[in-house]
Amino acid sequence: MNDNTPISAPELDFETPALRRNRSLRALKDRFTTVSVGIGGMSVIVAILLIFVYLTYEVVPLFKGADIEPWGNETSFYQVGGNASSLHLSIEEQNEVGFKISSDGEVNFFATENGQIKATDRIDFGTQERISAFALESNVSRLFAVAGDQGTILLAKPEYEITYPDDQRLITPSLQYPYGEEAINLPVAFGTPSLLAVRDAEEDLIIVAANNQHELALIHLTKEENFITEEVELEAELLALPALSSMPFRLLISPDQRWLMAIDKEANLTIIDIRNPDQSSLHAVHKLSANPLSDVQWLLGGTTLTVADIEGAVSQWFMVRDQSNQWSLKHIRDFAPQNGPQQLAMEHRRRGFVTAAEDGKIGFFSASAGVQVHSEKLLEDAIRFVAVSPRANTMLVEDQAGQLSFWKVDNKHPDTSFTALWQKIWYEGYENPEYIWQSSASTNDFEPKYSLMPLAFGTLKAAFYAMLMATPLAICGAIYTAYFMAPAMRRKVKPLIELMEALPTVILGFLAGLWLAPFVETNLASIFTLLFVVPLGTLVFAYLWAQVPKDARWQLPEGWDVMLIIPVVAALAWLSMPISDVIETGFFDGNMRQWVSEDLGINFDQRNALVVGLAMGFAVIPTIFSITEDAIFSVPKHLTQGSLALGATPWQTLTRVVMPTASPGIFSAVMIGMGRAVGETMIVLMATGNTPIMDMNIFEGMRTLAANIAVEMPESEVGSSHFRILFLAALVLFAFTFFVNTLAEVVRQRLRQKYGSL
Amino acid sequence: MMRIGVKQWFASGSPWIWLNGAAVAISVIMVVGLLALIAVRGLGHFWPAAVLQAEVSVSGQPTALIGSVADEEVVSADQLRDSGVILAAGQDSAKRLLIKAGNRDVTGADFVWVLEQDLRDITYPEDIITLERREWGNFYGRVVAVKEAGSVIAQRDSQTDAAIWRLLLQRVERSLAIYDDIYEIEKGAIGQINYGMERLRLRQRGLELKGQLTPVAQAELDAERDLLNQRYEGLQQQLVDLYTAFERDSMIGETMSGQQLEINLSKIVRAFRANAMTGPQKVSFYASKLWEFVSAEPREANTEGGVFPAIFGTVMMVLLMSVMVTPFGVVAAVYLREYARQGPITRIIRIAVNNLAGVPSIVYGVFGLGFFIYFLGGNIDQLFFPEAAPAPTFGTPGLLWASLTLALLTVPVVIVATEEGLSRIPRAVREGSLALGATKAETLWRVVLPMASPAMMTGVILAVARAAGEVAPLMLVGVVKLAPSLPLDGNYPYLHLDQKFMHLGFHIYDVGFQSPNVEAARPLVYATALLLVLVIALLNLSAVAIRNRLREKYKALES
Repeated sequence: MNDNTPISAPELDFETPALRRNRSLRALKDRFTTVSVGIGGMSVIVAILLIFVYLTYEVVPLFKGADIEPWGNETSFYQVGGNASSLHLSIEEQNEVGFKISSDGEVNFFATENGQIKATDRIDFGTQERISAFALESNVSRLFAVAGDQGTILLAKPEYEITYPDDQRLITPSLQYPYGEEAINLPVAFGTPSLLAVRDAEEDLIIVAANNQHELALIHLTKEENFITEEVELEAELLALPALSSMPFRLLISPDQRWLMAIDKEANLTIIDIRNPDQSSLHAVHKLSANPLSDVQWLLGGTTLTVADIEGAVSQWFMVRDQSNQWSLKHIRDFAPQNGPQQLAMEHRRRGFVTAAEDGKIGFFSASAGVQVHSEKLLEDAIRFVAVSPRANTMLVEDQAGQLSFWKVDNKHPDTSFTALWQKIWYEGYENPEYIWQSSASTNDFEPKYSLMPLAFGTLKAAFYAMLMATPLAICGAIYTAYFMAPAMRRKVKPLIELMEALPTVILGFLAGLWLAPFVETNLASIFTLLFVVPLGTLVFAYLWAQVPKDARWQLPEGWDVMLIIPVVAALAWLSMPISDVIETGFFDGNMRQWVSEDLGINFDQRNALVVGLAMGFAVIPTIFSITEDAIFSVPKHLTQGSLALGATPWQTLTRVVMPTASPGIFSAVMIGMGRAVGETMIVLMATGNTPIMDMNIFEGMRTLAANIAVEMPESEVGSSHFRILFLAALVLFAFTFFVNTLAEVVRQRLRQKYGSL
Repeated sequence: MMRIGVKQWFASGSPWIWLNGAAVAISVIMVVGLLALIAVRGLGHFWPAAVLQAEVSVSGQPTALIGSVADEEVVSADQLRDSGVILAAGQDSAKRLLIKAGNRDVTGADFVWVLEQDLRDITYPEDIITLERREWGNFYGRVVAVKEAGSVIAQRDSQTDAAIWRLLLQRVERSLAIYDDIYEIEKGAIGQINYGMERLRLRQRGLELKGQLTPVAQAELDAERDLLNQRYEGLQQQLVDLYTAFERDSMIGETMSGQQLEINLSKIVRAFRANAMTGPQKVSFYASKLWEFVSAEPREANTEGGVFPAIFGTVMMVLLMSVMVTPFGVVAAVYLREYARQGPITRIIRIAVNNLAGVPSIVYGVFGLGFFIYFLGGNIDQLFFPEAAPAPTFGTPGLLWASLTLALLTVPVVIVATEEGLSRIPRAVREGSLALGATKAETLWRVVLPMASPAMMTGVILAVARAAGEVAPLMLVGVVKLAPSLPLDGNYPYLHLDQKFMHLGFHIYDVGFQSPNVEAARPLVYATALLLVLVIALLNLSAVAIRNRLREKYKALES
């Protein structure tokens, strides 16, 4: 035999091309995985961050101030018409065409961009009259009235016809006479009208004129539609008004044609009630400012008077009806003082206005919130006239020399300052400043009320009642389950309660709204009886059980007592019905629900905070229960055993050893539960009436931030202030729950470390 | 025997323990009670309730009443007296019955409340029929005659009730068969043609926009359109014939007040005589109603019929969501646990991810609406679907965005669960694999991920369970109360990601709260709720089961 073959390791060549290729392929795959996992992981994390960033991105424009810049690259000035000063300036919807009435009666339509004339007309009284007074009905209707010096009055409006020849927008402007070209005449005896006011309504049109002797004349025109030509004809009636004591410089009529406001330069306001034009009477006299005035105008809606004096103080006033149905003018708010006399220009669709001063400064204001949005020195010269476009995104400015310039305005969300969102605001038609959420209504000149306070309050109220119900039940239940219950039973009970966490809240909400709410309403007394009967009954039963001989008691294995309690509690709940009947008949006149609303005088909604508390409490119980139970169960056993060995009773061990150790865990459980209650949408949506009121009353409903988003988001216009405020509500919810959860999580991690060291 | 004094007993702390026990008991009772309530109300609805006939005598004026008891309650006498009801003196309370009397087209309301004590001569006659109709709700009453093409072929005076009833059933069956054909043509074939037409229009508009609408292309489009139009006309003719046959028969019914009413059989979905049914018949009726509930489309503003589109929509949405959420969730977890350097940053990210699970779902809805729909969707429309403008394609709520939003909502669940699974895998296993020469990627793919698969699976199932029950965000990003077609059908591209869909949870909200006839819809809402609870409980239980099974499988490795 030849044994001499040398023993050597098998020839393994690690450097063969195949293996090299294999190795480099594997290395490549490894790198590829590292990179792709890195990218994937980071992208998910970025996506999560994106939520926060995007919500903020949508909210930020709300708090950005306004901005104004020339329409073109630089300011271009142009002159329209002759040198006569403007009576009126306006811009049409598309910002293409401007409209100017000069004091000599010339009417010009011009390109806003460069002043190129598009159409020219004249105000023609048919006589040789000069214009002596001008009045605009409102920005929205564009209707205006002009009076000649012999008492002839004409009603006209600029009209813009839009056509699309060759798919290009073409605006054809013209001056129209909606009530015919026939003039309305003041009596010759009245003399020259030097001041005019006009107000158009569904059925009547009212014109008020003042002459140099500060006498007033009211022309009441009834509209009649001609059935054949469908043209509206006016039937005039001349009525006298009480004379004024001084010469007014502004006459204003409210849109409901009820109040005539005459304001003189010395800031004296005379209010005349013209609801019955033939019996008009002096209503009140007010002093609007200590200084002479520079301008007074209606805010959008014609309810609020905006007053500017020559010292630059700007204030607002409106009529308030008190409890005894008496109207009186109230000073509502003052704005940040400006410099020198101010001209006012009103926005057409928002409660905002622009001030223009002699030093060429422009100021943007939001009326509801009473804040100045922006201020900028636009021109070196004094500004004589400002017109804001219907969409409030451009404006025309006329300087002292009659030069016009066109400006781009970026002022998208003037109504949403911190004040508007979180503080009391005095809205039109209210007696006092209040927190109101009312985001939309049927009319165009509606004042949006965006106070987040009632919603935040509703959110906390719902969460409060839910926690009131859930916290004791969940924590007590968790204590018992973790500490006293037999392990075999714990394994059944815990998943059962935790299963509830997965139960869709829409089901809880539906049951709360359709089953629980009527149930609570009819069995109100038994709900409250339950609160007392169940704990007391349990105690009585437990005491009786303690009297049972030990041999019998020990038949029940330790930790299975719940098997005994469940039927007892069920029986007690059943028993509370007849007991509550007795109580109801004895104390509450047989019907507690009626007693609450009639004797206590508390409003009772069927879908109220009690129902929400019960239903949402139910939804929160498993969250708190589960985390508390974990915290208590993971308290190290040697601690409890040590305590028991030293002679402490199980209860003493629990309260003195287990609970202090587990308390951070319980705290975080409550925090996380609260986070859930605050953000819960469906239950609140379905179990309350969703009325945004601020009242802690348990028998009334509420509207929460989350439910509000669900209700209003689908209908809100993209990019509008309302839309962004809803985003803000979402951001507030996000930030709040994120903060609460982080707090809870940090506490929990600390706890874990503590257990680790024990 | 030793008696324990109250003081001593309190000192022992045992009363407090009992009170804690009571808290558990209350929780358990509430949970079980809630599930029982939903189950009883949800399942009870399909049982053919007996139809009673009685005289109601309120203030001496007897009127006839036919209907089934839908609900009952005890009302205190004071409350009744307040609302103007005259009761005997000394009476404390009275039982009030909610009777479903149907015949909404005659009486204006489906339900009436009557006091039980006002009912006289309650009988359950076998010849009372119930007709479930396509409109106006149920009909309760008797058959007087059956007509064919306007002429009477069977009449109460000349034939026995049983004979008329048999004849009626045959005819109803016939019309139902025709209805199926009509349905197939209208929804299937004609739907397809309409869809084709719409696609042709979009193609033409697309070519127009690109300036490529040559006469050749135009001719091609026109030819295709003609083809579709021809097919449509053929089908239209077929439909006209079917409708004539469908509307041939009618019956004359007599309501409780003796009023006679002609009902075309085409309006009838189901006819039965609840009082004449035997036990097995009732069971089979119950089964057929239950089947209708899960397989049919809703009728009468969602208050009748089934919830199949809602089930389908929920399942589609959840499937799409899990396709999106699984890879991303797992990759993020793997990155956090295996690749990222452990430090304060990963800790912060972990806390953040954990917390996102607690962020209100409506916030995700708002995000989805703003970012996915208006921002992403709007841009996609501009880039890829200019021909459909101004109608939005993806710039409007739809299936894709709903699934994506819910994927974002549930991704923390998957990340947390997967990470937990990864953290349980002993270091030794990884190190062993690496020591044998495997790369990190190989270790991950062959060793770590398989061992973590139970945890991943659990995460995904929990995510699905959460997504199936979420409603609030969906209200913003894609559900509708009634979708005209399913998001998956036979028309190219088969899966319509841009379509809106129906959802079980939203169905509950909508039918329960927005429905014009809440009373009639309520049982259906309970049934829908039960279905949803079952689906979610099943998902959760299967999560537990899968976790346990896979854990068994990899137990050897773990120890």
